[in-house]
Amino acid sequence: MTGYIAKRVLMAILSVFLVATITFFLMFLVPGGPFLSEKAPSEATIKALEAKYGLDQPVIVQYKNYMLNLLRGDFGLSIKQRGRTVWQIITAGFPVSAKVGGLSIMIALLIGVPLGSVAALKRGKWQDNVIIFLSSAGVAVPGFVVSTLLMYFLSVKIKLLPTFGLGSFSHYIMPCTALSLYPASYITRLMRSSMLDVIGQDYMITAKAKGLKQSAMLFKHALRNAVSPVITYLGPLLAYTLTGSFVVEKIFSIPGLGKEFISSIINRDYTMIMGTTIFLAFLIVAMNALVDIANKIVDPRIQLK
Amino acid sequence: MALLKNYGTYREASLNEVDFMPATNEEKQALAPMRKSVSFWKDGLNRLRKNHIAMISLAVILLTMVFSFVGPEVYPYSYEQQIRGSENLGIMEYSEQELARKASGETVFPHILGTDNLGRDLVIRLMMGSRISITVGIIAALLILVIGSSYGAVAGYFGGKIDMIMMRIVDIIYSVPDILIIILLQVTLKYPLKQLANNVPGFGWINTIGVGLICIFVVFALLYWVGMARIVRGQVLSLKEQEYVTAARALGASHGRIIRKHLLVNCIGTLIVTTTLQIPSIIFTESFLSFIGLGVSAPMPSLGSMASDAIDGIQSFPHRLIAPAVMISLIILSFNLFGDGLRDAFDPKLKK
Repeated sequence: MTGYIAKRVLMAILSVFLVATITFFLMFLVPGGPFLSEKAPSEATIKALEAKYGLDQPVIVQYKNYMLNLLRGDFGLSIKQRGRTVWQIITAGFPVSAKVGGLSIMIALLIGVPLGSVAALKRGKWQDNVIIFLSSAGVAVPGFVVSTLLMYFLSVKIKLLPTFGLGSFSHYIMPCTALSLYPASYITRLMRSSMLDVIGQDYMITAKAKGLKQSAMLFKHALRNAVSPVITYLGPLLAYTLTGSFVVEKIFSIPGLGKEFISSIINRDYTMIMGTTIFLAFLIVAMNALVDIANKIVDPRIQLK
Repeated sequence: MALLKNYGTYREASLNEVDFMPATNEEKQALAPMRKSVSFWKDGLNRLRKNHIAMISLAVILLTMVFSFVGPEVYPYSYEQQIRGSENLGIMEYSEQELARKASGETVFPHILGTDNLGRDLVIRLMMGSRISITVGIIAALLILVIGSSYGAVAGYFGGKIDMIMMRIVDIIYSVPDILIIILLQVTLKYPLKQLANNVPGFGWINTIGVGLICIFVVFALLYWVGMARIVRGQVLSLKEQEYVTAARALGASHGRIIRKHLLVNCIGTLIVTTTLQIPSIIFTESFLSFIGLGVSAPMPSLGSMASDAIDGIQSFPHRLIAPAVMISLIILSFNLFGDGLRDAFDPKLKK
């Protein structure tokens, strides 16, 4: 067990390091520097600015400096947003994204797990067919389609919900719906198939034979065993929610991390690109590792390799 | 004949000479198998044909293919043609000059979905957008198939240390957050590719296909093969223990030949199913990239970029958003359902 955890953590660190390295060297391929804007500053100013951010040094030296700073938890200064450190921008944007994303993940779980179980228990009946149809449609509709259509019908057409910002509770409804539709449908499908699997197991027949109540059978035996694939999906789900937030935050003008990431790429804000990528990669990789480890602890049947 | 009829009574009685007579032709025919032997493909196709949802999705896929590949050839407008004076037309509307031309007896093809703010016909853009999406999906899926299956087969076949090292590499790539790297690569590859196309002779074809598209192919091919590699490796691990592999080896077949002619051929069902199911997920990601402005380069339309362009005019021209939105969902849904059907028909083991 300890060996497995150590291996998993090591791999997580390695992949974050890999992402950081790839990102760093990729950025130097990007045409146009951060100081080339419409009103071009003079040659001397650019030189001075490059010296200030250390951009005049060889790439390898810059890489070494950046990595050393990163180990100390220093993400550097944002090049475009003068006077703010990357860490400040990340810590300002992340809570906003986390609120929207966390809410969406919760909605997805609260919808997906019960719906999937119902579909499995009512296999072949109309409830099952309706749920299968809805969830198949749900995984086929991209997030930006849901967001824009919701926005059109709910706030442009009938003016029920506010279009952008995050002032009140009603602001959260549309972004969270848009973000949770795909994962909710996916979890429903996942839950249905794993529930079907569990229902056919011998221990379910044993439970029935020894006269357990329906509810005890369902919650104690079936649900607990069937929910394991859903837990595994939490890692990819987090990644999906984070990347889905790029689009949703853009459409609904939410000042979150996803929006910062996209705009930093478009603005060629080197340090911001590095910072946000590493931060997001760390979140996703750490979550995946945690889920894997948790799953092995919870479910001893998964063999340790 | 009499012999056959009395068979039952003979069985109960003791055996006599008649039982040991050579079989007549009729008897031989009665023993011949009633059904023709069913090959793997026929069996799968039969199962697929009975699956109504899969067949309907196949029909939808074929219709979209006709719409997007044949449609632009016969449609009178082109996707980049900006018709002056016909900007921002609604559904089935004509501009003043077109009305004048109609009045003078000319036939003017109607703008079925209207035009956009630059006077470009929307139907043809929808056709071209779907063409891009489907092409990206299929070509990228084929690239993934080639890379993933050869990598997985080599790892599984040789096993041991080679397998371990190769699969650790896969594990690491697998745990790298894909969308982040795709976005970064998408942005960074454009410039060097353009340089390559413009300055190095022999790479001019990059410009004809479009740098944006090539970027998407490269990016998907670089990142998404790992899933395929894992699946193929798993299959090869069990297949290589089969007798026919031992037989091939005994006959002196080379490693390459065994992998190509015996192992990969025998997991063809899995390969087809996984590749088909890969297509919708690639289309999904491509439309997402185009939507945030990192996909194919203008004036080439993509369903994602069309939806993104439509947001500004959502108040007055909602159909500009709804048309590409419906199209993209339809394409993804039909590929998903068809892939599920293929899996049920050809590879029931994969069903989860």
